[in-house]
Amino acid sequence: MGSISGKYCIVGIGETAVGKRPDATTNSLHLEAINACLDDAAVKNSQVDGLLTNQPLNDSHRSYAVKLAHMAGIDPLYATDLALGGATPIAMVQHAAMAIDAGLARTVVCVHARKRSTADATPGHPIRRGDEHWEEPWGHFAAAGGHAFAASRHMHEFGTKSEDLAKIAISTRKHATLNRNATMRKPITLEDHQNSRMIVAPLRLLDCSLESDGGGAVLVTSAERARDFPKKPIAILGMGQHHPHFSLLDAPTLTTLGGKKSSEVAYKMSGLTPNDMNFAQVYDCFTITTLITLEDYGFCKKGEGKDFVKNGRITIGGQLPVNTHGGLLSQAHLEGQLHITEAVKQLRGNEVEAERQVANARVGIVSGHGGSLAMHATLILGAV
Amino acid sequence: MSKDERGRAARRGQPYLDEPEAKPFWAACREHKLTAQRCSSCKKIFGFPPQARCPHCLSTEHEWVTLSGKGTVYSQIAYHRAWHPAYQDKTPYNVSLVDLQEGGRLVTNVIGCSPEEVKIGMPVEVVFEDFPEYTLPKFRPLK
Repeated sequence: MGSISGKYCIVGIGETAVGKRPDATTNSLHLEAINACLDDAAVKNSQVDGLLTNQPLNDSHRSYAVKLAHMAGIDPLYATDLALGGATPIAMVQHAAMAIDAGLARTVVCVHARKRSTADATPGHPIRRGDEHWEEPWGHFAAAGGHAFAASRHMHEFGTKSEDLAKIAISTRKHATLNRNATMRKPITLEDHQNSRMIVAPLRLLDCSLESDGGGAVLVTSAERARDFPKKPIAILGMGQHHPHFSLLDAPTLTTLGGKKSSEVAYKMSGLTPNDMNFAQVYDCFTITTLITLEDYGFCKKGEGKDFVKNGRITIGGQLPVNTHGGLLSQAHLEGQLHITEAVKQLRGNEVEAERQVANARVGIVSGHGGSLAMHATLILGAV
Repeated sequence: MSKDERGRAARRGQPYLDEPEAKPFWAACREHKLTAQRCSSCKKIFGFPPQARCPHCLSTEHEWVTLSGKGTVYSQIAYHRAWHPAYQDKTPYNVSLVDLQEGGRLVTNVIGCSPEEVKIGMPVEVVFEDFPEYTLPKFRPLK
């Protein structure tokens, strides 16, 4: 079997307005994202024959994908929910390419939306994490805690400091100030970061991502069919996953995560290396996640992330612009769905505010990360 | 599972005492014994949570063994925000990942010192905290 690299493309993207959407429901945000995506690709719902989605966290379903497909007027030959936490949006694109490659479908929409900023009155049943009963009795309740464990350990092993993590928060915020569809648009300084209240030490408020309402979608089809779509197709050049543990109790380490092996698979598939990347959209539920992923992806050696993120290297205009949309930290937390749409926009060119367009962007890498630092997925995308 | 004001899964804050695989663990804690499953086939400690088959060799045969209760802090954090009403007046409080001497790791609390005094690599020993319906293993600095 030949490589899947370059055979499948993203031909449409959709993003909703993000932030506080009291008017919307989880269901309506999914439909809004699908509609925006189909408009961008200039296709009708009847021309889509596959749908992938993520289970809504607060409204789990036997098959949300099939429900959503029919809500959106799609009669799917292929549909399923994927469950990899924040790695799901990237995994959806991977599965779309695989399903098309297998002949199950021709045009697959991947959609994820969530409503975590304002209340959703839709009745539903929350999903359980699966390891909470071995954490909560001791007062460990939050994703901030799990990532604080990683930050604490990284600081112990490599001398990383809170001030180093601040560099990521400040750069990401700068990008959000340039993005009209971002929630947090006021610049922040090192002082703001260091003065922000401690949430779970060593992580402060400005190390933490937002709680958001919003949605996004992408449309995947074959490179051959991509030529029939109006927008410049963006090819899937490489992809990978790795899930090295499930809970904090069985994590072999918290300073190297699934991103290492996941990116190795993706680099090999694409024939590209970290040096080829014009930007990185890195899952940033917390600043420490970005730091560890940049190391795991080979942009610097393990433990040297603290030096890599200095001197504007990860800011637009720098060597490797990271999270050019403002990320989960400052744009919106939609579990990385908008990391994918942003990568596509950067590679198409002329689709983002001129001040945050990466010059001559040809290839970029996107990461997804979920659970108790457990799940990881990677995409390498390129302009055709 | 109930929901909070934004529709998120409500925090239980308590162990599932009746989970079949974990029942012997919680019963031993009640007697102030820290136990773990050891595989009868490959002799390795399962780790936590307890489960029906050995995670190393998938054997169904295991015995519950009493551990020394000694371990080392792999990582430590301090919660400054309370996610559950029971912790409202307890912040900041330590949560640690403790690697047990015989194998296996627990999310737990290092108590008997301030959160700032808990360090990665610190040797600790188990101490049990009794609640009306269950007993939790926690740890204190090893003297």
